Amino acid sequence: MTSSGWIILALSVGSVSLLFIWCIYKVLSTPHETEHIHGFEQATPDE
Amino acid sequence: MAKQPESWNSRIGVILAVAGSAVGLGNFLRFPGQAAEYGGGAFMLAYFISFILIGLPICWAEWAMGRHGGQAGFNSAPGIFNYITRKPAFKYLGAIGVLIPVIIYMYYVYIEAWCLGYSVNFLTGHMDFTSIEDSSNFWGNFIGIGENGAAIGFGLSQVGIYLLVVFILNFILIYRGLSKGIELFCTYAMPTLVLIAVLILLRVLTLGTPDASMPDRNVNNGLGFMWNPTKHVVETQQQDGSWIVERQIVDRAALAVAQADTATKATTRVRQVTVKEQLWNPQLWLAAAGQIFFSLSVGFGVIITYSSYLSKKDDVVLSGLAATSANEFCEVALGGLITLPAAVTFLGVAGVAGMGTFGLGFNVLPMVFANMAFGNFFGFLFFFLLFLAAVTSSLSMLQPGIAFLEEALKINRKQSVAFLGLITAVGCGFCVYFSADVKALDTMDFWVGTFLIFILSTLQIVIFGWLLGVDEGFRIAHQGAAIRIPKVFKFIMKYISPLFLLIIFAMWVAANVFGLNFQTGEASTSGYVRDLFIEPNTVAWMSLALIGFVAALFVFLIALNPDYKQHSKKD
Repeated sequence: MTSSGWIILALSVGSVSLLFIWCIYKVLSTPHETEHIHGFEQATPDE
Repeated sequence: MAKQPESWNSRIGVILAVAGSAVGLGNFLRFPGQAAEYGGGAFMLAYFISFILIGLPICWAEWAMGRHGGQAGFNSAPGIFNYITRKPAFKYLGAIGVLIPVIIYMYYVYIEAWCLGYSVNFLTGHMDFTSIEDSSNFWGNFIGIGENGAAIGFGLSQVGIYLLVVFILNFILIYRGLSKGIELFCTYAMPTLVLIAVLILLRVLTLGTPDASMPDRNVNNGLGFMWNPTKHVVETQQQDGSWIVERQIVDRAALAVAQADTATKATTRVRQVTVKEQLWNPQLWLAAAGQIFFSLSVGFGVIITYSSYLSKKDDVVLSGLAATSANEFCEVALGGLITLPAAVTFLGVAGVAGMGTFGLGFNVLPMVFANMAFGNFFGFLFFFLLFLAAVTSSLSMLQPGIAFLEEALKINRKQSVAFLGLITAVGCGFCVYFSADVKALDTMDFWVGTFLIFILSTLQIVIFGWLLGVDEGFRIAHQGAAIRIPKVFKFIMKYISPLFLLIIFAMWVAANVFGLNFQTGEASTSGYVRDLFIEPNTVAWMSLALIGFVAALFVFLIALNPDYKQHSKKD
């Protein structure tokens, strides 16, 4: 692979990985984000 | 006990469910093939531009409109479009948002069965191929590509038993409901999928040069084939003076030999294809935009249904971005580093170039795993990974149909599951029986899985930007939002996205319906049009009749439903 290929790879993989990590961090760190929204459904919807 | 409205259980759960819907075979098979064909660097530039101009905007529009419609008590596209636009015609256009996932499910579950079948056959050691021909023959027999009806069989090396298993699995999960079925499965399946992909990635990146007698077949060249921004091709001159590409060269030593070899020949040359030249190729933009489209599951009618189960105070902006970024991570960082590097390491550039999605996935890769140390184990893992990705996607294709039938017929989930099960079983049986040349699957994928998705995406962004109004759309999206959409997206979503979509759609019609080659300017009728009007093909026409029948059924149900005549069920 050429050096420009490595740069493209690093930029592409790096940018999507950083975005993904930031989103996970933001979702987990925002208050109430990980709390249950409506509580567990214990039964199938018809029951 | 009164029936409780369905809902998601947790924020992470809904994000994983939407990400699961988006992550599919396209991430690991279609994306690497497209990126390599159009040159890594140039393709990625067009890919990221398309991501910002159409991927994210349509995604946010779908999340916002879906939740807005859900507040009024609607969970499927006909009701949501009718409620948002206040124009009766849009409830019929909304039928497209139900038709697309239902029809795609009919053939997608068939492909899902291939993945399960391949993983089982690797686990049981039945994939000991010595050549690509062996691998291709296995695939042909497995899916019955030779003649209609040949796919129906229940042996270990036939698709029937796997189809039965995946079909039942999907309907058990969908019957269990949003949180106990889809969300629970995706909560475990998505992290498992990423873990498996990382394991395979580590194996691929440590392959080195497996065959010392063929030093150009190595991981470095595999990565180069995928990511190098400039390409080197050997071209030969035709009698009319034009040059045609003979092969692509990645390996530096092979390139030096080819340059020396062609230096003295007048009719053969080695040419460097630059990023700029590649970016001038409209086909590249079409491929990049198409990949973003299909990869993110925008315009499928799935996100709008999923988000309709959220409440007014639930965030949609960060959730949408998180689900999208999960898909991009799986596609670029995992799919982009696994598939082609592995294939080139064992088969060389010549053995991989020009293979389509199915060719790469079900002919080339099985051969690669068959030749790899611990290949049966890694082959099993890879196809199990594809199977998980496919199940999380196929589940999402059922929910819009279930929601629509519950809404339109006022039936409970058990009844709607039974009704949709019957419709999709007939359609799936049709795809499996008419397996010769995968004609039924191919026809349905073209007209519904591609053509109608363009229509629905354009429709959605126009509704968001022009009928709902971009200011009102942003106000709705920002209710309960954990982050804000940058203001520049107001302009993008109102003007750029619809325009970009229309240009891409016009190019797609020119290339795929009228067969226009953008580089040569020559036009020849596409195979899909030829199958209908020039050399009529019975299976192609029957496939369209099936689509038409399901569409007519949905339109009939919409016309009968009094709820759709009101703006809101809760008004």
